[in-house]
Amino acid sequence: MRFMMLMIPKGYEKAEPGATPDPKTVAAMTKYNQSLQQAGVLLALDGLHPPSMGARVSFSGGKPKVTDGPFAEAKEVVGGYWIIQVKSKEEAIQWASRCPGSDNEVIEVRQVQEFSDFPAEVKEAAGQFADRLEHPKKS
Amino acid sequence: MGVRIAGYRKGSFSATIVTSDTHRIIDAIWRIESARLIASLARMVRDVGLAEEIAQDALVVALEQWPQFGVPDNPGAWLMTTAKNRAIDLLRRNKLIERKHEELGREMDVQREALTDFEISVDDVIGDDLLRLVFTACHPVLSPEARVALTLRLLGGLTTQEIARAFLLPEPTIAQRIVRAKRTLAEARVPFEVPRGPELAVRLASVLEVVYLVFNEGYAATSGDDWMRPALCEDALRLGRMLAELVPKESEVHGLVALMEIQASRARARIGPSGEPILLLEQNRGHWDQLLIRRGLAALERARESGRGLGPYALQAAIAACHARARTPAETDWECMAALYDALAQLAPSPVVELNRAVALAMAFGPAAGLEHLDRLTSEPALRSYHLLPSVRGDLLAKLGRFDEARVEFERAASLTHNARERSMLLERSAACVRGSVTTKP
Repeated sequence: MRFMMLMIPKGYEKAEPGATPDPKTVAAMTKYNQSLQQAGVLLALDGLHPPSMGARVSFSGGKPKVTDGPFAEAKEVVGGYWIIQVKSKEEAIQWASRCPGSDNEVIEVRQVQEFSDFPAEVKEAAGQFADRLEHPKKS
Repeated sequence: MGVRIAGYRKGSFSATIVTSDTHRIIDAIWRIESARLIASLARMVRDVGLAEEIAQDALVVALEQWPQFGVPDNPGAWLMTTAKNRAIDLLRRNKLIERKHEELGREMDVQREALTDFEISVDDVIGDDLLRLVFTACHPVLSPEARVALTLRLLGGLTTQEIARAFLLPEPTIAQRIVRAKRTLAEARVPFEVPRGPELAVRLASVLEVVYLVFNEGYAATSGDDWMRPALCEDALRLGRMLAELVPKESEVHGLVALMEIQASRARARIGPSGEPILLLEQNRGHWDQLLIRRGLAALERARESGRGLGPYALQAAIAACHARARTPAETDWECMAALYDALAQLAPSPVVELNRAVALAMAFGPAAGLEHLDRLTSEPALRSYHLLPSVRGDLLAKLGRFDEARVEFERAASLTHNARERSMLLERSAACVRGSVTTKP
């Protein structure tokens, strides 16, 4: 099963555009990332620029409304993620526990939904999406 | 040896583990730590069987203490220290016994050396130890089945029960296999080391073979209707990715990883709703896992970067990549694929490769070109009872409008396959030939 580990650094919701972590933090994190890779569990990872460089699109009343970052109401934001392939939720938690996190950081561990997790009607709806990918002109 | 705990097998704990959160956590920690733990211990005691027993003993202590006192902050270090202390006790005790028996021979020196060795460098060279463990578990002195079982047990962190379930064998069979393998390694005095020089390439090939065997066991059952045991594919991928980090300069390791990533990317698309197999060209490509495809293509790039040309695994991965890159079957670069099969046939000649080459030629240059190549294979003894030969031949004949001949081939293929679902698919194609149609749809 796959899990996404979402890194939530407190304070990142207010970070200036272009803010990057300091080299010491990056070095520790790189060592951790390597340990995931060496164990063969790492599938993907990325860091995200702060929300001050992003935007939110909301859909109140079915109409998209764009708000540029930073977002005054946001209490916590995602700073990056890892996707790992492991055998159990406990194993994912163990990997998350090994991260050299700081006082202000939280990792949220979430299981990635697999096609087989869905009931038949959801599978069918998802299948239509897959068909469109394959035959773009048909849809 | 004094460290075996009577009747203890880790697998037998599984039933109780589910009843307790701590036991589930310990299970997860074991999966993460066991290979490195066993590898470090094996360098100390120079015996992988004994190393595994010591590691298991540390696990038993954890199972006794952690539910009561809680999981330590650094469970890996805790297990390592506990196991290391046991190993040192054991080495000292053996040393005393041997002194009593006045047997201070070569063996002793090795053990003393191992002890100081270990105390000098506690946590570096863990990668080297893991690599030594890989080469020992896949040593040619063992049968391929024993290598597979031992590798999954020592490096994959699987229990005997898990291995048995995956290979559809009784647990005692796998337990026996592992016990015998450890004994064989000890009796043959297989050194705990990474082979050097020209031997490395040969031994590495044996390691890659074991990993790919595990993958294929998971990817397609050899008989019956159970088509996939995907957990083994994931175990093989994990081992392969691990190996790629341990020997990053070996092109074929990346080639094998690329091949497995791309094959695994199709797992969801290759089985229909009622369990029937779906051929590659008929698969819904929207169900292919793009994350695994990207990883596969990246691994293939790493294989190419070695600059020594592609080996058999990398070539197979390059072939798989031709399919993976095509958004629709029509976009497949069949000429490139035919050239890759040509290269593969030179490097690793086999009738099965030739058969696939005929398919690629047919797709690139028309069914007649494929049939011409295929007809050279019909006398090949290795393919005499291989259902895919008549199956492919039937397909090409049908495409050429030679339905009577095609029908005979499909029926022959149906009589040769051991897979019930594949048989019914072939019989449907045979029936379609009677209607004079290339496809199974009337």
